[in-house]
Amino acid sequence: MRILSIALAAAAVIGLSSSVALAAGGPNAAQKPSGIEWTHSGPFGTFDRAAAQRGLVVYKEVCAGCHSLKYVAFRNLTGIGLNADEIKALAKEYDIADLDEDGEETDRPGKPSDYFPSPFANAKAAAAANGGALPPDLSLMIKARANGDNYVHALLTGYGDAPADFDVMEGLSYNPYFEGRQLAMTAPLSEDAVEFADGTPATVDQMAKDVVVFLAWAAEPTMEARKNLGVKVMIFLLIFTGLMYAVKRRVWADLH
Amino acid sequence: MAEHHPLQTNNPVIRWVEVRLPIFSLLNDHLVVYPAPKNFNYWYNFGSILGIMLVLQIVTGIVLVMHYTSDASMAFDSVEHIMRDVNYGWLMRYMHANGASLFFLAVFIHMFRGLYYGSYKAPRELLWWFGIIIFLIMMATAFMGYVLPWGQMSFWGATVITNFFSAIPLVGDPIVTWLWGGFAVSGPTLQRFFSLHYLLPFVLVAIVFLHLWALHTTKSNNPLGIDPKGPQDTIPFHPYYTIKDIYGFAVFAILFAGFVFFAPNYLGHPDNYIPADPLVTPAHIVPEWYFLPFYAILRAVPDKLFGVILMFAAILILFVVPWLDTSKVRSATFRPVFKQLFWLFVIDCVILGIVGAYPPEGMWIIVGRAATIYYFGFFLILPIVGWFEKPKPIPESISAAVLAKSDGKKPTTAEEKG
Repeated sequence: MRILSIALAAAAVIGLSSSVALAAGGPNAAQKPSGIEWTHSGPFGTFDRAAAQRGLVVYKEVCAGCHSLKYVAFRNLTGIGLNADEIKALAKEYDIADLDEDGEETDRPGKPSDYFPSPFANAKAAAAANGGALPPDLSLMIKARANGDNYVHALLTGYGDAPADFDVMEGLSYNPYFEGRQLAMTAPLSEDAVEFADGTPATVDQMAKDVVVFLAWAAEPTMEARKNLGVKVMIFLLIFTGLMYAVKRRVWADLH
Repeated sequence: MAEHHPLQTNNPVIRWVEVRLPIFSLLNDHLVVYPAPKNFNYWYNFGSILGIMLVLQIVTGIVLVMHYTSDASMAFDSVEHIMRDVNYGWLMRYMHANGASLFFLAVFIHMFRGLYYGSYKAPRELLWWFGIIIFLIMMATAFMGYVLPWGQMSFWGATVITNFFSAIPLVGDPIVTWLWGGFAVSGPTLQRFFSLHYLLPFVLVAIVFLHLWALHTTKSNNPLGIDPKGPQDTIPFHPYYTIKDIYGFAVFAILFAGFVFFAPNYLGHPDNYIPADPLVTPAHIVPEWYFLPFYAILRAVPDKLFGVILMFAAILILFVVPWLDTSKVRSATFRPVFKQLFWLFVIDCVILGIVGAYPPEGMWIIVGRAATIYYFGFFLILPIVGWFEKPKPIPESISAAVLAKSDGKKPTTAEEKG
């Protein structure tokens, strides 16, 4: 077994150095976001309804200026605890492009079945209004980035002055959490940018956390149903496996 | 010992059918009384696990197709529609995506098991070949399936992999254009991949039947690698292995459910939640984890054509393993040198998988090359190993070995229990 133990040692060395290689990276590589304890992580995690509703306000008043949320319909908001009347009222605040009875283009007040309208008519208009950088749709943002919830929180709170030796390009902002450390989005959140109905102070950190909870829900509204069913399936499988093991032993008992 | 009865029945319906089409005796012969060696260990569970996974992939896939749209402008949206609006659509999609990963996990274990116990040796060469063909078709199917959500990794993975064919001298570029159905990965590519992704699993089913036919013709190998000497060495497949396979699958299902319900995106790549964009290349294009060892071999050499040849050779070399291995002894249990080389090979494949996940820079190039050399070295050294290796003494029969193991306990026989 000597060859084997040498090989195992070699494998361990490679494994170790690979984690070192990961930690390193180039000078402009993104900084690793710090981990936050989200109520929605873990096998039993659920979305913090109050935080998600505050996050909806942040999205509506800040993010929605540039970012669409095209996979989320107003009716879906029952998922973060809004009732039918609240949803109707919220939908009505939006103008939705539609055709009237004569087939003429018109705007009508939103209905619960409508989706969040995009702030721009099309991708080209969106890019043109933002110095050529297209603001991405936020529906799946948390799932579309590695370590998505911590990353988005770190990005929203991570703006600051660039180190003296770092050249920030014209029209970009410095943010160590972004790959390349500069991006077209300026710091979107500032102290008291929104007012929360529940009296929670709107600090930048609070708003960032809340909008992450909202976006985590938007990225996967079925997460709670999934974990809930998962727990039941696991309990079933554990019992079933135990039973099958017992039956197997019983059946095999007459063999030696 | 347990007997292997032919079908006997007084049921008039079964008898009526039997005269016209002996389907019940076929099922009886192959699923009930099939004489299996009595000494299978749990590594032998993966064949049935693979069969169940194939059926599960087909069932979830058929349901997904009821809601999926393969038009390039709608594919990504239709997947989100499945995730959000279709009842239990998220369950179908996560089962299908993670099912593919676990399918590969199981097939790798199944193949390593075959390699360890010498299941490719005479008279099971065709059985082994059908297995390799199944593996190749699985890879093609999985690759095309990963393209269907039409995310960034779908698009760029498809671009990288189809570009392999451009390495073919003279006709490479026309072949790639022909594969794409255009001058880039685009709508026609997605449509044809969808069509083939739906077709190939049924081809797989057919080849699985050939695989089983060959298996039941030559009969199963076993951990000792010696042929059963008589009925005392075998037990009927049912109930002994049916229950053992159900138990084994239940354990496997716990792992599967763990991914589906609690870490459904762990094995995927976040970039695939970004819609495909031909104008934006992701920083690192990586294939799914099960392709990483082959990806590492591809990139171990600086020459594209040679890299592609090497990558295909890594799989095709499996076809000649029955003749490369000159040892008369099947099971690695009795082959001290082969056993060590085998475990080195397993570690080597894991290392290749790790290398494949990183950009080919710095030490990864060196490690990747060393691991690639051992990958092929393992196969090429087999003829010599069979020649100089001194195998350990082989037990007289399966029963003898099993009895020796059960340590003098009085053996009971199936005749005694009736």
